[in-house]
Amino acid sequence: MSKDSSIQHMMSYKQLALVLISLLILTGVTVGVSYVHMGIFNVPIALGIACFKVSLVLLFFMHLKYESIAIKVSFLSTVGFLAIMISFTFWDVAYR
Amino acid sequence: MSDVKSFFDTPAPAHLTGIKAWLLTHDHKRLAIMYLWAVMFWFTVAIILGLLIRIELMSIGPTIMGAKLYNSAFTLHGVIMIFLFIIPAIPAIFGNFILPIQLGADDVFFPRLNLLSWYLYMLGGLLAIVSLFTGGGFPDTGWTFYVPFSVTTNHSVPLTLTAAFILGMSSMLTGLNFITTVHRMRVKEMGWMQIPLFTWSLYATGWVQLLATPVISITLLLVIFERAFGIGLFDPDKGGDPVLYQHLFWMYSHPVVYVMILPGMGIISEVIPTFSRKAIFGYKAIVWSSMGIAVAGSLVWAHHMYTSGISDTAVFIFSLLTYLVAIPTAIKVFSWVATLYKASIEMTPPLLYALIFIYLFTVGGLTGLVIGAAGTNIHVHDTQFIVAHFHFTMFGGAGFAFFAGLHFWWPKMFGVMYNIKKAYIAATLITVGFMFHYVPMFVLGMMGMPRRYFDYLPQFAQGNALAGIGGIIMVIGLLLMLYNLVMSLREKVVAPENPWGGVTLEWSVPSPPPVHNFVTAPSVKDYPYDFSEVLKKAAQS
Ligand code: HEM
Repeated sequence: MSKDSSIQHMMSYKQLALVLISLLILTGVTVGVSYVHMGIFNVPIALGIACFKVSLVLLFFMHLKYESIAIKVSFLSTVGFLAIMISFTFWDVAYR
Repeated sequence: MSDVKSFFDTPAPAHLTGIKAWLLTHDHKRLAIMYLWAVMFWFTVAIILGLLIRIELMSIGPTIMGAKLYNSAFTLHGVIMIFLFIIPAIPAIFGNFILPIQLGADDVFFPRLNLLSWYLYMLGGLLAIVSLFTGGGFPDTGWTFYVPFSVTTNHSVPLTLTAAFILGMSSMLTGLNFITTVHRMRVKEMGWMQIPLFTWSLYATGWVQLLATPVISITLLLVIFERAFGIGLFDPDKGGDPVLYQHLFWMYSHPVVYVMILPGMGIISEVIPTFSRKAIFGYKAIVWSSMGIAVAGSLVWAHHMYTSGISDTAVFIFSLLTYLVAIPTAIKVFSWVATLYKASIEMTPPLLYALIFIYLFTVGGLTGLVIGAAGTNIHVHDTQFIVAHFHFTMFGGAGFAFFAGLHFWWPKMFGVMYNIKKAYIAATLITVGFMFHYVPMFVLGMMGMPRRYFDYLPQFAQGNALAGIGGIIMVIGLLLMLYNLVMSLREKVVAPENPWGGVTLEWSVPSPPPVHNFVTAPSVKDYPYDFSEVLKKAAQS
């Protein structure tokens, strides 16, 4: 097995600041849309923005974008696993 | 034994001496030995508890204990067998010892983390002991800790839960260590499809350990919080749901049965080709079925809950999924049997245990289909049928695979050979006792005898008497097996480097191996189960 994936990837301050600013703007957007009433879309939209923010943090601040495929697959499988556990439990509760 | 200094004589790190060379070691092999003794201690304790339960059931009425003590006895038997024996046994002992060597590595990726896992294991065990003597009495909830009873009983539950929590952490770190080791420490020449099957099975297991264990950890913490603060998570009066506990509990505890059995299947996949002198049938099928079991096995947890009031839709889906797990399992059994077909079989104690494994595990698996079907499940739920089923899978399956591994790798670990004849006698006693112990329990369950009761109606007397005799024979066999292994350390009949004619890398290093495992650089075969050289040598001699 090669061990060359240990090379560190450095992000510039500019890139980091850009991510930070987008996160702050998105926080503002979250607060903003909470004043707009969109019926059943309220929750999905708030969750959508939150997911986008989480992805930014994971990709850039936590370096997932620069990691090897094994780490990415590991991460995605944990998310998938969690999603399955929650959704399967809902089958029970929703149809009881 | 060869003239190379073994790891027993070479502390790692090198400056350590005496007991410190063990307690602060980073060497995966020393840690494996330390796990071995700790696990064996707990196994013996739990066997004795099992025997006491069995003797209690031999005649009607309180025989050697009353109802309260019985509740604690089966709880302790279950908790110890599950959390301190069968979950850690194969990964922590053989995984630690063999996995790095099979990969051509000199240690696991995180040796210090490995040491921490051992300490967590010991701490969990210690807490389990402390929990016996603190609080309002021995824990009495059954190993499943179901609410609302586990929240309301005044017996010592929180500390037992904490012990299980810590043991979970130990298991998870071991899994993490193995996954990382497989990815990062393999010798360069070894591709994914050249990894030996035991290591493959530990890799699949590692993922289950890593993904499922946090669920039980949180769940156990929730029960502790519930007891301490009465939050009402599982209390309908406060808007909670007791069935939620069962979901959370089985989300871990079902996948964990695959943590028990997958490494066992890995051992069998090593033993069978070695003594068949033949490439394993369907290497890739076995690899993919391991991964398939790891994934599918994580999706069937609610089949423990058909009678708990979950929705019919959920019952239908989980029943269907449960049947699907049978497919990858059957693929493995088929491959093992096909490997044996027309092979030049050499009978040895490890192979005998492996053959018994196939039989007992198949019975366990097929009775699993009886209870996986929602209809028949209702009839036998919470009866002795269930107890018989899970002993066939966990004990007849994972337990016998562990015994096969013990007899297979013992010469490698200690450089000594045990008494073969005694090993056969022990295996026979255990198996005969096993059948007499658990087959009557299937019948009793069908007749309606519930589990977790210290007493029963007269119509169940005959079956229980028979099971009692079987239980005693089985325990005698188990003790003989352990005695035989321990005595081999005193008698010191030297074992050669490769007593069985194995072809995976651990058989190319001295017995016991030196501290860095390999004397010469490991040479990886194109195909891990290529016996042509072994056969050539046999033909020459
Ligand atoms: C690898 C070995 C074994 C494992 C993993 C194991 C595991 C378990 C577990 C998890 C339970 C359920 C406890 C509960 O209901 O909370 C149980 C119950 C029981 N075990 Fe074992 N066991 C093993 C060996 C033995 C042995 C050696 C004996 C007897 C000599 C034994 C006798 C029993 C009996 C009689 C019960 C039923 C108690 C009842 O429901 O009333 N087991 N075992």
